[in-house]
Amino acid sequence: MCAKAARGGEGTSPSKYGKELLAGFYRTMTTIRHFEQTVEKCFLEGEIPGFVHLYIGEEAVAAGVMANLRDSDYIQSTHRGHGHAIAKGADLKRMMAEIFGKSTGSCKGKGGSMHIADFGVGMLGANGVVGGGFTIATGAALAHKMQGTDGVAVAFFGDGASNRGTFHEAANMAAAWGLPVIFVCENNKWASTTPYRTTTSVDHIADRAAGYGMPGVVVDGNDVFAVYEGARSLVERARRGEGPALLECKTYRIKGHFVGDPEKYRTKEEVRKVFEETDPIPRFESAVVKARALTRKELDAIDGEAREAVRLALEFARTSPEPEESALFEGLYV
Amino acid sequence: MSTITFAQATLDAMTEEMARDERVFVMGEDIARQGGIFGQFKGLADRFGTGRVMDTPISETAIVGACIGSALAGMRPVADMHFADFIGVCFDEVLNQMAKIYYMFGGQKSIPMVLRAPDGLVNQAAAQHSQSLEAFFLHIPGLKVVAPSNPADAKGLLKSAIRDDNPVIYFEHKALFSTKGEVPDGDHLVPIGRANVVRKGSDVTLVSYSMTMNHCVKAAEILAGEGIDVELIDLRTISPLDVGTILESVARTTRLVIAHEAVKQGGVGAELAAIVAEEAIDCLDAPIVRVGAPFTPVPFARPLERAYRVTPEKIAEAVRSVM
Repeated sequence: MCAKAARGGEGTSPSKYGKELLAGFYRTMTTIRHFEQTVEKCFLEGEIPGFVHLYIGEEAVAAGVMANLRDSDYIQSTHRGHGHAIAKGADLKRMMAEIFGKSTGSCKGKGGSMHIADFGVGMLGANGVVGGGFTIATGAALAHKMQGTDGVAVAFFGDGASNRGTFHEAANMAAAWGLPVIFVCENNKWASTTPYRTTTSVDHIADRAAGYGMPGVVVDGNDVFAVYEGARSLVERARRGEGPALLECKTYRIKGHFVGDPEKYRTKEEVRKVFEETDPIPRFESAVVKARALTRKELDAIDGEAREAVRLALEFARTSPEPEESALFEGLYV
Repeated sequence: MSTITFAQATLDAMTEEMARDERVFVMGEDIARQGGIFGQFKGLADRFGTGRVMDTPISETAIVGACIGSALAGMRPVADMHFADFIGVCFDEVLNQMAKIYYMFGGQKSIPMVLRAPDGLVNQAAAQHSQSLEAFFLHIPGLKVVAPSNPADAKGLLKSAIRDDNPVIYFEHKALFSTKGEVPDGDHLVPIGRANVVRKGSDVTLVSYSMTMNHCVKAAEILAGEGIDVELIDLRTISPLDVGTILESVARTTRLVIAHEAVKQGGVGAELAAIVAEEAIDCLDAPIVRVGAPFTPVPFARPLERAYRVTPEKIAEAVRSVM
């Protein structure tokens, strides 16, 4: 008999939220979408080197979770991390410059897309190693506890990363010590090119939470309200000192594993159909307009601001200088 | 000065640094209730509580990862690896996280963290509890690596490692824990990155560190009786290497022998030999000779382990070969 994870956050009406929160959800999601579309275009045109992994279609997870966090809370992000950074409040210009490999980037061009960090807003870094963030977030949560704050740490991870041993070690340690960490699974159905169910023993990653004596909650990851509510109760619980939890957000990876992925493992039709039916941004728009919580005009204004912010970030990145060769040896040791 | 064991010296270092800075804490297996398998944490939890001296699950990956995370959030963690061999369990956390974060994130946050790694041969512990692995970490930019050979250095280097803002791997040889030596009283610090000329000599430079340093002292005594005047250098720090001290010595003695307990192939000696060959080959009057373990895992049976060990006799023989 397997203990099943709870389902959370369904049937929430937008009208119960204040305008500011709703506008925040939308601003975060549209900023991520425009940012990622811009990055994709620039990568395909050869302006961006390295690898980039896009967050398109998963925006509601970052927006919904991060609306519960403060600057002093920490997050550990993933290789697919632009959305997390934006939602946590990282500076767009310095992010884009980092992705372009410029000296003005958040990591001075030393990291790139897979290694964006912005410690000023508690973004402790994307991680190029799948599953590398579980234990680090656990340690950040431990620090909160030792320092006597009510801060929390969030570890974002995918369904693929849930199969790393790091998940087990971190989940057990966090639960054994009652640490304020929330493990947020973005189950986007694809572990690189492998459908997750072919390599994973359970339908719901959140079912595993029971094995560690922590709550596991499953929400529709493309419904920002469901994510927000699911995360809210778990974050509040952690702030009260009641320990860690696992939130699984069911979503779908709309883009390839990386930009340039030939995607031979699925059909374009499948992706198009899922995107049309579940894209979190139009879903949010129609929900708030229907509930008369925000008007089309208000949404358009926010979208326009997001588009402009991304345009300015791109301009900043393009016009910024590359690092001098001498920077190679800077910042190796304190 | 007081005469104390190596284990006590490390304990004194921990106690002083934890008292000095409340951000310093330590986690590891069997350290709070049991006091560490070599007694090196005895009583520390009584003094500072189990909130700062933490018994962990047997989860080396989580230990190192959580220490990294806590460092990012303002703490100054010390992680005990139980046995250096178990760094293999959490190698990603050491290689890709701990060593990389400061550089990769453009200097936003350093990792002021110490990884304590009891290493080396003791009690015929065989292949998975006996290794000397420092050369792996000499190869990783972003880490500092130290390996004290005596109680005074054990204390001074551990205190310096805890105060260092960079990640430091602290190799402490298991056979040294029970050895005694004089340790200066008070706030005794040994700088990281500087080698120690233990014995001045004119005929040959002998470089070592950790437990093998003690074998070198004995070898130098044997050789002195034969009229060979050995200059003995204790590296103390494996990374960054104190190249200057070695080159200055070799320029005078014109001969170099390097000895360590670790496997000779690809070891610290190989790096030092290459540096001296590149920088000072014209100074040399003999080939550089390395003494290290054979290219096998550490064996269990007594005659096999004896054959595997680097001894004062083997070191003395290597020195004679370059005279």
